[in-house]
Amino acid sequence: MPKPHRVTIVESLCKGQACALCAQVCPASVFRPADHPTPQGIMPMQAAYPEKCTACHQCDQLCPDLAIDVIAEGAEPAPLPARGGPFPRPNPMGGWVERPALLPAGSYFMSGNEACAEGALAAGCRFYAGYPITPSSEIMVHMAHRLPALGGTFTQMEDELGSIAAVIGASWGGVKAMTATSGPGISLMLENIGYAIMTETPCVIVDVQRAGPSTGQASRPAQGDIMQARWGAHGGVDLIALAPWSVQEMYELAIRAFNLSERFRVPVFLLADEIVSHLYETITIPPAVRTFERVRLPQDMPFDTPEIDGVPPMPAFGEGAYLLVTGSTHDGRGYRRTTDAAVQDKLVRRLSAKIRHHQDEIDDWEAYMLEDAERVLVACGSTARSALWAVQAARRQGQPIGLLRLRSLWPFPDTVVAAHCRGRGEIIVPEMNLGQLAGEVRRAAGAPVTSLTQVDGEPIDPRRILAYLQEGRW
Amino acid sequence: MAPASASPLASDLRAAYLRQSTAFCPGCGHGIFMNAFLRAAAALPLDFDRTVFVSGIGCGAWVPSPHFLADTLHVTHGRAVAFAAGVQRARPDLNVVVISGDGDLANIGGNHLIHAARRQIPIKVFCLNNWLFGMTGGQVSATTPRTARTATTPAGNPDPPFDLVRLVLGAGAPFAARWPVSQPRQLARGILHALQEPGFAFVEVLSICPTHFGRANEALLPGEAAQSIPWRMLEWLRRNCVGRERAAGLPPEERAGKILTGEWRGEEGWP
Ligand SMILES: Cc1ncc(C[n+]2csc(CCOP(=O)(O)OP(=O)(O)O)c2C)c(N)n1
Repeated sequence: MPKPHRVTIVESLCKGQACALCAQVCPASVFRPADHPTPQGIMPMQAAYPEKCTACHQCDQLCPDLAIDVIAEGAEPAPLPARGGPFPRPNPMGGWVERPALLPAGSYFMSGNEACAEGALAAGCRFYAGYPITPSSEIMVHMAHRLPALGGTFTQMEDELGSIAAVIGASWGGVKAMTATSGPGISLMLENIGYAIMTETPCVIVDVQRAGPSTGQASRPAQGDIMQARWGAHGGVDLIALAPWSVQEMYELAIRAFNLSERFRVPVFLLADEIVSHLYETITIPPAVRTFERVRLPQDMPFDTPEIDGVPPMPAFGEGAYLLVTGSTHDGRGYRRTTDAAVQDKLVRRLSAKIRHHQDEIDDWEAYMLEDAERVLVACGSTARSALWAVQAARRQGQPIGLLRLRSLWPFPDTVVAAHCRGRGEIIVPEMNLGQLAGEVRRAAGAPVTSLTQVDGEPIDPRRILAYLQEGRW
Repeated sequence: MAPASASPLASDLRAAYLRQSTAFCPGCGHGIFMNAFLRAAAALPLDFDRTVFVSGIGCGAWVPSPHFLADTLHVTHGRAVAFAAGVQRARPDLNVVVISGDGDLANIGGNHLIHAARRQIPIKVFCLNNWLFGMTGGQVSATTPRTARTATTPAGNPDPPFDLVRLVLGAGAPFAARWPVSQPRQLARGILHALQEPGFAFVEVLSICPTHFGRANEALLPGEAAQSIPWRMLEWLRRNCVGRERAAGLPPEERAGKILTGEWRGEEGWP
């Protein structure tokens, strides 16, 4: 009498009679339902007659819950390949480093878009995915030429949804990654920008703003995406946005965008506009660049910290962290907790607090002639160039007026605005939209705010601002 | 003579490759696929330590995340292939495998799928086709058969479905296959073949959703009420699928309405 084969079902895994595929596939009637329910209230299947088993292995290979083991008498189960490394762990501690700039130090004459691409490369960006759109396309073209020789990757995707998706995927591969687009592309990217916020994925998104809404005027400047950048992705959690006003700043703020993104594990917007992106200016490239390298330290909690406002370390794929990256609400290890109120609350608050509580590291502005100013212009991007011209002209005529130029827009620098505006006679906010910046300034300033809006797709003429300062006419 | 062991033990597979027990409904076809996939992965072997699994949103997307003990990227609905393209392009040293549903890959994500096929991005895509949107309650998808009942086609689906194998081959995929979960051994072999492909490979896995498709279309299923709905759905697949080689020898009337299974190479042209 040969010894019977062994058939076992792990009852806690079995889903019972509603499935019962084992019993129905078995040609030898080995299985029947058990006469006792599992703690989950399911009547599990049971290998009641193992002596009938012919070890045909149909049941264990069909079981949707991998609950059945069939050990054929005299046969060894196939062994499994070994797991567990060794794993590469490059630069686990990360942090601030100084590295030589890519371009030899010196003066260069280039466009804002080129400078932006060069800044990104200097910051260590080695992955670009995008979809062409005016007025941002030169960034992508420049990257297509430069990245391969630097060992990086350039890829033109099928659309902007795919572009930002590829960027986030690359970032989890451990590579600094970016995309550039304009308003229509941002509109398509928003769901995945929210995903990057939720999964705490560093990446840089350049929005070269053009006149909207919709397709609008492709080659005309605007500042209409300020609110979209902050509030476009559903859920309303903080991110960071910077606003360059010159070609030099397209270079410098591109570097800063990467540094903040890696430091805080958050998508960072570079909110440029058509004017600064297509402008050609002479810029200075310094010999060295300071960059923040991702903290990769493999540990248990890539998605939470003991602090309520912490930034967890971020291991990359292939480093043995067995990452569970998900845009669903998750605990510190990445397990989905989609009905747990406490986990949702803690996560959303930390995602916001890790930015808000470190605003002193983020806020960035320049003050011009503010000491004795009775009236203050607040502006950003190319509009601030016009504003500065008007301030200088008004000063020459003896008007006590100054300019606060905001270089970081999100999180909104409330404290900075309050410090420079409180108690002044009038705060004047010119901008190429219907008053998005003015609304924020009004909230923070502690002084009366006048909103000067222009939405004709033309740059704001500095003489127009001057006329307002002189005659109160807009 | 003792029978040779065909495969590893399920308990060993669970210990080596899974983080937790399956989260699926009783008799879910996606679970049968998961079983077959792990057997194929063990046989190849596919190095889980150097593989990134990417999935979108839906029940099919749950196969790798949170089940697989590996790097997993569970993304937004429809975008799995685009995320996977980014991972693959940034890290060509890693294997990139997409496992997701028909709604995720062929409805909302169809554009990414055809472009990845055209560009022959070396990722492996497993589309778990359970003929509708399972997770959201059984609505019609791009693969729902004509006349089938779903939550959003109560009078039967008026629209014809995609033939996903033709779709990706037409887009330029060098390799595409279609296998039903009703033949798990054949499915595991098919998965193994796809994982061995050097370039872009697409597998349409004909899965089952007993909870939504099965209940809504019980009248169409073969078998009798004493049998479980999952079993009757598998029986339906067995009766309606025919291997492409065998189909070539069948008279037209026997071939009509059958679903061709097997493997196709891009250079053959359309099936
Ligand atoms: C942008 C967006 N739209 C809709 C949904 C809701 N949704 C979740 S899963 C799903 C369909 C999934 O169907 P399929 O990919 O076939 O997977 P299955 O559940 O059938 O395995 C939908 C529509 C979503 N999550 N995101």
